[in-house]
Amino acid sequence: MSQEPVAMPAVFVRDLTVAYDEKPVLWDVDLDIPSGTLTAIVGPNGAGKSTLIKSILGLVHAAAGTVRIFGEPHGRDHKVVGYVPQRGSVDWDFPTDALDVVTMGLYGELGWIRRPGRKERNRALECLDQVGMADFARRQISQLSGGQQQRVFLARALAQDARLYFMDEPFAGVDATTEVAIVDILKSLRSQGKTVVVVHHDLETVPTYFDRVALLNVRLMASGPVSDVFTPEHLQKTYGGKIAFLKS
Amino acid sequence: MSLVRDLFTDYTLRNVALGSVVLGIVSGVLGCFAVLRRQGLMGDALAHAALPGVCLAYMITGSKSSLTLIIGAGIAGWIGMLAILAIGRRTKIDQGSALGIVLTVFFGLGVVLLTVIQKGNDPNQAGLDKFLFGQAAALTAEHVTTMSTIGGIGLLFVALLFKEFKVLSFDPEFAGTIGLPVASLGKLLTGLLVLAIVIGLNTVGVILMSAMLIAPASAARQWTHSLGRMVLYSAVIGSASGLTGAIWSVLVPGIPTGPAIVICLGIAVAVSLILGSAQGLAWQSRRRKARRLEDPA
Repeated sequence: MSQEPVAMPAVFVRDLTVAYDEKPVLWDVDLDIPSGTLTAIVGPNGAGKSTLIKSILGLVHAAAGTVRIFGEPHGRDHKVVGYVPQRGSVDWDFPTDALDVVTMGLYGELGWIRRPGRKERNRALECLDQVGMADFARRQISQLSGGQQQRVFLARALAQDARLYFMDEPFAGVDATTEVAIVDILKSLRSQGKTVVVVHHDLETVPTYFDRVALLNVRLMASGPVSDVFTPEHLQKTYGGKIAFLKS
Repeated sequence: MSLVRDLFTDYTLRNVALGSVVLGIVSGVLGCFAVLRRQGLMGDALAHAALPGVCLAYMITGSKSSLTLIIGAGIAGWIGMLAILAIGRRTKIDQGSALGIVLTVFFGLGVVLLTVIQKGNDPNQAGLDKFLFGQAAALTAEHVTTMSTIGGIGLLFVALLFKEFKVLSFDPEFAGTIGLPVASLGKLLTGLLVLAIVIGLNTVGVILMSAMLIAPASAARQWTHSLGRMVLYSAVIGSASGLTGAIWSVLVPGIPTGPAIVICLGIAVAVSLILGSAQGLAWQSRRRKARRLEDPA
């Protein structure tokens, strides 16, 4: 049974199964993520890491299972959750600038029809400043480097002022400055009591960047504090034994 | 100067001018979202799919009133859209092939119905074939009123939901996480695209209508990096090209309006691609040179 503290977890997942074209991508995943922690989701390519956060967010239809966010089914209150998609998931040639993208983080709060005004622009500027991008507010997004684009996405998530964040590979292909900026933001979010769940690729940095880790390969192999769970045996099981799962 | 005076006083020219400007604005605005969402070809399929709707509406009601035919076209376009989405989602056929299938089958059905109507010894049917390539000279005040009303509804939606459509077009996944009904908004945008198409059927015709959606937006994108301005420029380019082409076809007998407008649009796109201040080719090479000077290494 679960060894988690009694306090309500930020994310509660039971028996989550997701399939694309009848091929299981996630199989029977149980996961608890305590509030106020930094969690890395790691696993090989095709392990279902992105699918896991997308199905928690309600973007992907689950074949079975239960998901609760702070005890509520998803969709009850969208302002609780912030999201940083993979950088490659959008067209950076879209006619817009950095400030405009960050302002999208405030659309949920604005509600239907209302347009962002000076107040929203100022808040978006503050968020750009927090990621060190204030000087690029009016830069067209295709003219930003990959790391800068990633920081714009991060600033948009900050503008959402959520309690729980999901980030899909924010460290993928970024420069050293951006990597440091993202780590600083993660730690500052944790010190504000926020919960952050990050799909992560670089195993080496897991122990320094994160408190907790979830090892995923279609099934959840292990999850818990990095010191307990991030062991060679668990990693071997996650990355080495892929063939065994295709039988099920 | 007599041409300018005639635009305001001559009945035909005034309707042609008003109709093509309204059409240019509406298709210019909605075309931006279609292009940015990579649905340019969807417009083509929907326009072709409208033809059987026009024919069936006439066969059922016997009326050639613009509203009747437009409703028929709209319904057929809508069914075409649902067919494309359903084929794309439920079968292994990809979206591009689904578009191709629906476009050709609906258009083929439309041409067959058109032939049946024309063989039917019905003197009233004359003019339905103008829906293929458009005939601006046949625009009446009633057409212009219908076009303006339908176009106004489309523009009103864009004005109200501008920020929703923007985030939907840029980052649909993110839009979903902030609670926007992404699927419904997408259908609404495509539905508005159908509105833009049906008001262009008299003027441009079904075959070339998609140019009216794709070309102004693509040209406008070359001049700006802001969505708001792109929409505005696209409306201006669309109405200017529409107006020029429509008047050309009225003044030179025998030139069909759709092709005339498409030629004007083509010139606008070519000029924008070369000279556009945001993405134009001339500007890009100048920027590359400037960068080389800045950074000789």
